[in-house]
Amino acid sequence: MFDNLSLKLDRAFKTLKGTGKITEINVASTVKEIRRALIDADVNYKVAKEVTDKIKEEAMGRDVLISVSPGQLLVKITQEELTKLMGGSKVDIKLSGDPAVILISGLQGSGKTTFTGKLGAFLKKNGRQVLLVACDIYRPAAIDQLKVLGEQIGVEVYAEPENKNSLQIANNAIAHAKKTGKKTVIVDTAGRLAVDEQMMQEIEQLKKALNPSETLFVVDSMTGQDAVNTAKTFDERLDFDGVVLTKLDGDTRGGAAISIRHVVNKPIKFISTGEKMENLDVFHPDRMAQRILGMGDVISLVERA
Amino acid sequence: QKTSESIFSKLSKAVVGKSKVDEEILDELEEILITSDVGVDTTIKIIRRIEERVAKDKYLNTEELDKILREEIAGLLEENNSQDFLDFDIPEDKKPYVIMVVGVNGVGKTTTIGKLANLFKNAGKSVILGAADTFRAAAVDQLILWGNRVGVPVVSHGMNTDPASVAFDAVKQAVEAKADVVIVDTAGRLHTKVNLMNELSKIKRVMQKFIPDAPHEIMLVLDGSTGQNAFIQAKEFTKATEVTSLAITKLDGTAKGGVVIGISDQFKIPVKYIGVGEKMTDLQIFNRKEFVDSLFKKK
Ligand SMILES: Nc1nc2c(ncn2[C@@H]2O[C@H](COP(=O)(O)OP(=O)(O)OP(=O)(O)O)[C@@H](O)[C@H]2O)c(=O)[nH]1
Ligand SMILES: Nc1nc2c(ncn2[C@@H]2O[C@H](COP(=O)(O)OP(=O)(O)OP(=O)(O)O)[C@@H](O)[C@H]2O)c(=O)[nH]1
Ligand SMILES: [Mg+2]
Ligand SMILES: [Mg+2]
Repeated sequence: MFDNLSLKLDRAFKTLKGTGKITEINVASTVKEIRRALIDADVNYKVAKEVTDKIKEEAMGRDVLISVSPGQLLVKITQEELTKLMGGSKVDIKLSGDPAVILISGLQGSGKTTFTGKLGAFLKKNGRQVLLVACDIYRPAAIDQLKVLGEQIGVEVYAEPENKNSLQIANNAIAHAKKTGKKTVIVDTAGRLAVDEQMMQEIEQLKKALNPSETLFVVDSMTGQDAVNTAKTFDERLDFDGVVLTKLDGDTRGGAAISIRHVVNKPIKFISTGEKMENLDVFHPDRMAQRILGMGDVISLVERA
Repeated sequence: QKTSESIFSKLSKAVVGKSKVDEEILDELEEILITSDVGVDTTIKIIRRIEERVAKDKYLNTEELDKILREEIAGLLEENNSQDFLDFDIPEDKKPYVIMVVGVNGVGKTTTIGKLANLFKNAGKSVILGAADTFRAAAVDQLILWGNRVGVPVVSHGMNTDPASVAFDAVKQAVEAKADVVIVDTAGRLHTKVNLMNELSKIKRVMQKFIPDAPHEIMLVLDGSTGQNAFIQAKEFTKATEVTSLAITKLDGTAKGGVVIGISDQFKIPVKYIGVGEKMTDLQIFNRKEFVDSLFKKK
């Protein structure tokens, strides 16, 4: 795809003669190709438009060197722009308070419960005492699922199977953490749609009452154009601190990453790359940019080998 | 607010005082289709068709454009969805009728199975579920709870057992009990994982030892909020297991599920059901016309 794109761009540049500079005229059709590539990667339509306008600005007047084709140069500028857009370097999660509370939110099936387990394992490895809290009181067997994961990673899970009040459960869990000396509490919640007012109120209340040091929004990297709407609503209601992108072990381009970052301006803090508890990685904007452009997650693969 | 405007009103605005479809209108149309996840190729195809029809029919007003647009989109769905399913009936001569449900992680397979079981049961059919997701934490418990909720038996061997032998057993018990329908749940799997995709063929083969033409239906579940990856999912699952029907879930959200149009355009698999919530009753038979209307509806 990456080769494909730069080839296409070269073709679009064919009309360019002699000047060796990128100009308004010769950049127009190439920008269209880039926009199309971004949309193919699930970058939101409007965001893709804004991004390509910026790329155009960036590209104008640049000298085309002999060693690179104009297409390659454009792809390079695009990649740089996308990387910048996704927020330069990585941002760690904040763990303050005793216990430090981490609240997990997101749509149904995005990977919250799995991520709750993974984060628990990750923090445990960093020497923290962790408690997982089962606050999904709706989905069948949600509590059992978290318990199985807790067992796998050797971390206690707090649950009250009979209690239908998630706020009460969370408060009791925090009291339990204090009593047992757990310094970190990760609260798994039910999946919810941004348009489900009752459910959005529930998590808003959880956030208000628990005052988490970190609220995370978990999103499936295969999400399409709607990612912006969902992220925006969750952010308006929760003012979350960071994003977790899941299921990146597949072949999705993950353009939603750009859309979300662009719309809510919150850092992507983790990526989830499998169903196993150890499949958690930190986010690298440059690699994500390459992935979105179809260059594959080559570097990650090399590192893992 | 721009996003809450209906397609119709957007188009109307773009069209005001014009007697033909111009660049601006087509741009507007492109945005509408792409932000519904229809995909670039199919969007271009639709726009071309509109242009052709407009050139031929000499389109005059917005109402007509709106009508043409709906017709073209419905047409794309029609070409491959030869007809909407009218009810939840199953072929008389297949007893038990075996359905295997597949898809990537978290799309709504297990939930859809619970809802389907409920619909079949309400239609007077006896149903047995097979808990062949023996991998995902508490997947068996989840299906058993659905079985209890609906009031249908669930065949399971517990977690971390061989999914194929669960499927075999479910089919066997259904034959013995003279059940009408067997629905086999499978673990979510990304189509890029070759071993897991091969496992599906194994599950299928094992069921065929008991009923040669089983499974009679392989249903691929797609999450309605998925973007362009849904095409690849449809392609790869079709390759691995000969998918015969689709269910699109989570259409109660703000995602438009436009991938349905793109997929109908590129594959010959009918969309049978849509999921519109988490409750037992939140499953509907896919209706082309209603779906097209919903794309055009105001939020
Ligand atoms: N391949 C892959 N699968 C994942 C990943 N993260 C989660 N999953 C799977 O996705 C499915 C859904 O994950 P859950 O953790 O149950 O999602 P959830 O957001 O808690 O779901 P609800 O509680 O129902 O809203 C499960 O099958 C997980 O095993 C990932 O990074 N890669
Ligand atoms: N809003 C909404 N939620 C749904 C719908 N269908 C399923 N869900 C929810 O999506 C989440 C995942 O559903 P599951 O049925 O567990 O999905 P699955 O495909 O079996 O997941 P794995 O087995 O982990 O791959 C659950 O929280 C369901 O309640 C739907 O149509 N609308
Ligand atoms: Mg969960
Ligand atoms: Mg399942």
